[in-house]
Amino acid sequence: MPEVLSALFAMNPMKISQNIAISENGFLFNPATGDSFSTNACGKEIIRLLQEGQSQAQILEALQREFEVDQASLEKDLADFLYMLGNYRLLDANAQ
Amino acid sequence: MPLKTYERPYLRKLNAGLGNKFGTRNSQVPVTEIDGVPVAKLMEEYGSPCFVLSEQTIRQTYRNAVRAFSTRYPKVQMAWSYKTNYLNAVCRIFHDEGSWAEVVSIFEYRKALANGVPGTQILFNGPDKSEDDLRTAVQHGSLIHIDHLDEVYLLSEILASEGLKARVALRINMDTGVYPLWDRFGFNYENGSAWTAVTKVMAQPRMELVGLHCHIGTYMLSAQAYAVASHKLCDLADEIRKQYQRRIEYLDLGGGFASGNTLKGSYLQGSDVIPTMDDYAEAITSTILQHPFAMSGEIPTLYLESGRALIDDAGYLLGSVLALKRLGDGRRATIMDFGVNLLFTSFWYEHRISPAQEYSSHHEDMVLYGPLCMNIDVVRENVSLPLLKRGDRVVVHRVGAYNMTQWMQFIQMRPNVVLIDRQGQVHLIRRRETVDTLNEMELTPLHLELGQGKPA
Repeated sequence: MPEVLSALFAMNPMKISQNIAISENGFLFNPATGDSFSTNACGKEIIRLLQEGQSQAQILEALQREFEVDQASLEKDLADFLYMLGNYRLLDANAQ
Repeated sequence: MPLKTYERPYLRKLNAGLGNKFGTRNSQVPVTEIDGVPVAKLMEEYGSPCFVLSEQTIRQTYRNAVRAFSTRYPKVQMAWSYKTNYLNAVCRIFHDEGSWAEVVSIFEYRKALANGVPGTQILFNGPDKSEDDLRTAVQHGSLIHIDHLDEVYLLSEILASEGLKARVALRINMDTGVYPLWDRFGFNYENGSAWTAVTKVMAQPRMELVGLHCHIGTYMLSAQAYAVASHKLCDLADEIRKQYQRRIEYLDLGGGFASGNTLKGSYLQGSDVIPTMDDYAEAITSTILQHPFAMSGEIPTLYLESGRALIDDAGYLLGSVLALKRLGDGRRATIMDFGVNLLFTSFWYEHRISPAQEYSSHHEDMVLYGPLCMNIDVVRENVSLPLLKRGDRVVVHRVGAYNMTQWMQFIQMRPNVVLIDRQGQVHLIRRRETVDTLNEMELTPLHLELGQGKPA
């Protein structure tokens, strides 16, 4: 991972709200707000890794081991996905 | 262990709302080929973006229109509306099918002549006909559709100086119950201007009034409006017969027939709300055939100048994703390599856009922007598409009308246009522009030539 991005990710550790429920087929429910969401296999994996407390750098590495994807695309897509988690208030504000 | 196929992570909020009794249309079916030719191959050979036209669809659509009218009316003549798409290959297909030419400028007129259309089979419409233009049309024996009184006087002078006669028609505008009225072209029926024009033309010994013409609007969603127009033209023709004992030879009902595109703001898909060609044909032909004018002698020939409805379905625009981004409010934005510069009709249509490769079932709402560094460059304000990524290909449908004539050379150059013939062979029919194409027309003053020192 480029140093700049690694540093950026390290500076912004993100944690998903612990009470988020996610089903096997990618149905997401936030009991705090009553909102529900749908996600795909890659999104589900990111949420699982976030729930395990993995850092963004670790998530990137894990996804690269699992999926056939180049690093640049993955970095862009992960940043976008994390942004959307935050946008939908699915990240733990206290952890940021 | 092999790696899994990657699809970018996606998160969609599920909104419970009122049920939609119409259901949702699945627009995600990939379109991987056009007339049997792979989209990927077309884009590899001719670039992205690229316009594609289907000869098969053009001919089928044309024949369907001819069938709709000629099975109801014995004397029908189509005249291809050049302004809708005046690529020579396209025009020649219509002429090959038996269509005459309908032109609105001397540029189009000369194109029609060069495409082998005899002057006598060209209808010359529009408000802009210069003295030279009219002289050319007269010399070729074309049908001149007069738009205003100034044209009557100008044409009269030309005919006198040339010692020639001209066969002319009058363009009539009228209230057909569809608003806004198109009253800027021709002479108004209701306020008497049309009859005044008739008397002026009938007083010209060198003009033979042979036709009446109207074009009541564009993308007409009511076939009934054509019945009203046909009735009024017949009334006028009948009055001319009674007052002058002159028989009008043809009625030209123009065009304005809708294509299957969806207008912005329309709740239902375009193809669900537009009248069929048979609806238009029935409204026009039954009105004329039942009118006393048609029953009083030889029935007039029916001329039609349909453009959009005959070519829109045959045109496709192929393009690629340049980039993805998030807008400030979290909406997905996708930037395409084509914009309003090529897709002029995206100002009033919600064009159907299909991915050109396989996708999962996931899709997301997005704004579709073009490549121009201009805020107006929006192709779709809200469209649901699969999870696109940079380089993905899309197919825009029903772009055959007006886009290849109203396109703008603005910021970007215009791309290749290809035609797929009935055997599936691909023909380049218009080369993409280059910087040289454009610079060729420019001249640089000597003092601004490079190497001439500081500008004066």
